[in-house]
Amino acid sequence: MPSTRDLTRRIRSVKGTQQITKAMKMVAAAKLRRAQDAVTNARPYADTLSRVLANVADRTEESHPLLERRSGGRIWLVVVSSDKGLCGSFNANLLRQIERDLKKKRWPDAELVVIGRKASDYFRVREFPVVHQERDTMNQLSAADGPRLGAMFMKAFTSGQVDEVWIAYNKFVSVLRQEITIEQLLPIQPPAAESNAEEAGTDYLYEPNAEGLLAALLPAYVETEVQTVLYDSAAAEQASRMTSMGAATKNAGEMIDALTMLYNRTRQAAITKELIEIVSGAQALGD
Amino acid sequence: MAETLRLEVVTPSRRVLEGRASEVRIPGVLGELGVLPGHTPLLTSLGTGELKWSEGGTEGRLVVQGGFAEVQPDAVTVLATIAETVDQIDVEAARSALTDAEAALKTASAEEFDALDATVRLAQARIGAAAAR
Repeated sequence: MPSTRDLTRRIRSVKGTQQITKAMKMVAAAKLRRAQDAVTNARPYADTLSRVLANVADRTEESHPLLERRSGGRIWLVVVSSDKGLCGSFNANLLRQIERDLKKKRWPDAELVVIGRKASDYFRVREFPVVHQERDTMNQLSAADGPRLGAMFMKAFTSGQVDEVWIAYNKFVSVLRQEITIEQLLPIQPPAAESNAEEAGTDYLYEPNAEGLLAALLPAYVETEVQTVLYDSAAAEQASRMTSMGAATKNAGEMIDALTMLYNRTRQAAITKELIEIVSGAQALGD
Repeated sequence: MAETLRLEVVTPSRRVLEGRASEVRIPGVLGELGVLPGHTPLLTSLGTGELKWSEGGTEGRLVVQGGFAEVQPDAVTVLATIAETVDQIDVEAARSALTDAEAALKTASAEEFDALDATVRLAQARIGAAAAR
């Protein structure tokens, strides 16, 4: 049986851990609120852009390099993870899923673009080719990151270096649920237009012209998509961290309870033992 | 036909405006466009300048740059890279940006010209909008 001194020391240590996890949970909650705001604020633009693009794609015959389908099969797979750990299974689930897909040859000729320290560390010791990595983006996500990365992907795509670009990330569904999402970014698959019988068939007037507009709309669409993914992943990360730190705090509480119980029992046992010794000592003397 | 237009202005970081207007003037890339309810569907690139609208007796304006505007018979949707209300404008900063950009324009190469030109136009639009307040 451990001594009472050992037990008090352990209780103190677990209490210390609990304080840390509690603080981390609160920090994650505050960051989550900010990340969620970013997601909500960016949504109207993304939605409107995709609606406009759907309308245009529906009504025009124009083609554009970003829409072009090629059968080469060279693929960039963009993996969006987090820079920091202690967020439950957020990174592990995504990375394991991707590794499984890669091993199953879902994309026979894929190269990885890893965003976030966790994915970068994970794939460094594995045999998959990594063409680009970012280790500090997710920590200080800004509105410029989506356009910057989007431009990089579009350059690789239009220059013919790759034939498709896919992106894998944790989608923020709710605070308790993050969903691993793997979707195709390039070539652009124009969103489907809402069928509106009244408007169908009437083409837009374009200023300056349809070709020029499409050439401006499509890159903006890609940049917005990437930005949305980054914001989503950041919100999902904080949600996941908040949940797992909440669970850790609860577990620490249970552990403290169990240890306190053990401590009391040990203390009582020691007292009882001492009493017995005194009583039996006195008895031995009295006899 | 709708009596008023639904006017919506969004930027990548937020929704700036959602309201109704009886007339909207859009700074298109080829010049200003006036839009009244019932306009033919139109899609235009945005230039730099003031987006103005009126509704009843009231008028409003925003400084916008970059992006697109979609016109439907009953709605105008503006997707701008930058959209500022008049009270967000820092006139002093715009003035100094204008002076700097105009000075730089004199020695600018062809590649730099577009970016500088956009800066000048944005600064002019900001100063103009602030003055018209």
